[in-house]
Amino acid sequence: MDTLTLLQHYWWLLISLLGASLVFLLFVQGGQGLIYRIGRSEAERERLVAALGHKWELTFTMLVTFGGAFFASFPLFYTVSFGGAFYVWMAILFLFVIQAVAYEYRLKPANLLGTRVFDLFLQLNGLLGPQLLGTAVSTLFTGAPFTVDRLNLARVGGGGEVVIAQWTTPWYGLDALASTRNVALGLAVALLARMLGCQYFLNTVDDGTLVERARRRMLPAAVGFLLLFLYWFVRLLAAEGWTAGAGGVIVPEAYKYLHNLVEMPAVALLLLAGVASLLVSMWRGWRGRRDALWFGGAGTVLAVMALLLLAGWNDTAYYPSTAELQSSLTIRNSSSGEFTLRVMSWVSLLIPFVALYIRCVWLALRRQR
Amino acid sequence: MSSDYLQTVDWSRAQFAMTAVYHWLFVPLTLGLSVLIAIMETRYVRTGDAFWRRTTRFWMRLFGINFAIGIATGIILEFEFGTNWSNYSHFVGDIFGAPLAIEGIMAFFMESTFIAVMFFGWDRVSKRFHLAATWLTALGANLSAVWILVANSWMQYPVGCTFDLATVRNEMSSFREVACSPVAVNKIFHTVSSSFTLAALFVVGVSAWYLLRRREQRMARQSIALASLFGAVCALLTAVTGHRSGAIIARVQPMKLAAMEGLYRGGEGLPLTVVGLLRPAGGEENGDPFLFRIGVPRLLSFMSFNDPNAYVPGIDELIEGDSVRGMLPVAEKIARGRRVIDSLARYREALRTGDEAAKAGIEALFDPATAEGREFLREYYAYFGYGYLESPRDVVPDVPLLFYSFRVMVGAGMLFLLLLAVVWLCNRCGRLAGQRWLLRTAVWVVPLAWIASQAGWAVAEVGRQPWVVQDLMPVTVAASKIPSSSVSVTFFLFLALFTVLLAAEIGIMLRQISIGPEPEN
Repeated sequence: MDTLTLLQHYWWLLISLLGASLVFLLFVQGGQGLIYRIGRSEAERERLVAALGHKWELTFTMLVTFGGAFFASFPLFYTVSFGGAFYVWMAILFLFVIQAVAYEYRLKPANLLGTRVFDLFLQLNGLLGPQLLGTAVSTLFTGAPFTVDRLNLARVGGGGEVVIAQWTTPWYGLDALASTRNVALGLAVALLARMLGCQYFLNTVDDGTLVERARRRMLPAAVGFLLLFLYWFVRLLAAEGWTAGAGGVIVPEAYKYLHNLVEMPAVALLLLAGVASLLVSMWRGWRGRRDALWFGGAGTVLAVMALLLLAGWNDTAYYPSTAELQSSLTIRNSSSGEFTLRVMSWVSLLIPFVALYIRCVWLALRRQR
Repeated sequence: MSSDYLQTVDWSRAQFAMTAVYHWLFVPLTLGLSVLIAIMETRYVRTGDAFWRRTTRFWMRLFGINFAIGIATGIILEFEFGTNWSNYSHFVGDIFGAPLAIEGIMAFFMESTFIAVMFFGWDRVSKRFHLAATWLTALGANLSAVWILVANSWMQYPVGCTFDLATVRNEMSSFREVACSPVAVNKIFHTVSSSFTLAALFVVGVSAWYLLRRREQRMARQSIALASLFGAVCALLTAVTGHRSGAIIARVQPMKLAAMEGLYRGGEGLPLTVVGLLRPAGGEENGDPFLFRIGVPRLLSFMSFNDPNAYVPGIDELIEGDSVRGMLPVAEKIARGRRVIDSLARYREALRTGDEAAKAGIEALFDPATAEGREFLREYYAYFGYGYLESPRDVVPDVPLLFYSFRVMVGAGMLFLLLLAVVWLCNRCGRLAGQRWLLRTAVWVVPLAWIASQAGWAVAEVGRQPWVVQDLMPVTVAASKIPSSSVSVTFFLFLALFTVLLAAEIGIMLRQISIGPEPEN
């Protein structure tokens, strides 16, 4: 494996890790969606919001870092997906903007909109944010209708034809909602976030009534998540994928993702371990154990990471074009150059330190002096 | 060009400008206030005086209100590079993406992790841990600014990169040149120090209001003592780096400098216009472009080249060129840019037809490893973006907007320096409370700090037009191909949202100032 190929795989691994961590941190959104279900009085809701308020910025930051890292390592994806699936990304951004101010402003006097509206912002972000993110992620497997031609830049005076990545339908991302697979993964991610949100409350809130309600709420979310994920995963294994053959030519391959699992046993093991950990978290959550969150978190990170590795490694087209096969994106044809990836790899050595101080602060804030 | 695409470009510019304007209403206060809060808390930890804890917590409350909306408006900017400017993202993503990713890994996590300790950790962690968290939040916020300014500076002065024909994009060749270019280093110091000045003016203004109301006298006086000194030093640094900016712009973006000055005809030993009123028609061909002006002799030449007799080119010379001074006419640059674009078109055709000879010939042309390639890249590719322009006059940015913005920024900056120094001196002599006119001035100057800050960005960004990346890519080919109606709808959606949130923020902030710090004890 040459250096560039190694770096491309390394950066896809990091993107997968960041994406997986983002899905885990969506427990904040899951929790927000449950504020009015679990908290039945103002005081109870305050306790739940206060518990989430310590963590919402981590989710927000992870989303921004995920975007920045994707831009730096695979800029062509940024170009194609963000510049094409315009409506979906704008909707996601809108939902995260309204979340950012809600925590700080909801109880402040003279906040113009009133507590109820800011609570509604939290609810909207909690319910729709994970759904849309999950749907967007699913298009990494199902594809999108775009074409890429870098030499469109040679078209002087051609107006919009100079744009290298073009969407071929007028739906600009809304087309993803027409696929049951995309919608199923979106719903699965939303239910997973809800399940993790319950586990976070079990872990953090010192109130027997709230904990009991969170425990009861966790089960339907967990069952719903499992069923939808199973449906999506079976469809994935049965689906045709796109693979980069000799000279980078993209060709369809039946059962591509099943082949990936067989050809990358380490990734299969990662996925198995993740699913097992998630099942353990459901069991421990149902028993009311505080540590359910850690099993749920580890399971989410491992499973999502494995799925994203399935999407990008083993010469798989991680963003297939349903409009023109050869426009599909692989980690080879969409990455930054070797120099940039090398520079960024040095920077990535900071990630363990970042994880370490986040962990230290998390534990420090749990201590009551 | 298709009119809908050009409308998309215009709406995308409007959307990005609107988001940036809103974002920049909140960021400078976050940058400076975080440092002032950290200094106040350091005093608390060193002295153990509960007064400083109470003072820190008060300013921290205002910081939190501002911080939340700063984050909210910031997330959009990063993603708009993709949603609205997808051609740009491709063309320079290899270089531009790196600072954004570093910002996330190095700065955002530091900021978002330790801010939780800042706000929720008072009774949960030790004093020293809390203080460290406050400083790390300030460091994270400012590191974030550093990396985004590195990215922005690269758009003004694209260095440390080469063009790669295989990927049809610019690729990074030197991280040091990108991160440490003179434009980047100066812009970082200038922007950060001006943000610190803005925050200092905010603290001084709010404290002056308390003094006028005869409330919270000790907190107000101590806050003024700290913020006025801090602000005066930062305002001085802003002035020094501003002067340096002028010298750098004269070399790397001479058209921006000429437009800032309303200078259509250049010359030697030119004056700097201090105050002036431009004719609506503009342009030297319409006679003197000024209805009136007051200038300082030779100051423009000195500001630009540290030489009172130096030659400074005007807009017309920059367009027409000057062979004696080695300035190419814009028409020639356009021709050179079109030759590069034509080479790309021929390359595309060669790939389509499988013409290996033609393909190899064009690849050699772009190969930096050969003398021919280096010459082509230096003499032709350096003007690539000009190839998309329709007329030489397209290189002229909005002269009146730049001219007036520059004067607002500089004039306000001088006023801030004077005001902060006088406030500091009066406070030190114990005479501030009696100078009610000065206190009122300090209160009323607060909004001017934001106007000056926005004017500074207008100078930087409007002055970059028509380029999204100086000389390499004009904005007219940088946008995504999405319907203009989609961009306009989201423009109004976010405009409404940000306006409502701004109104909420101001309302909350004013109420919190009115409430004041938490009760003693």
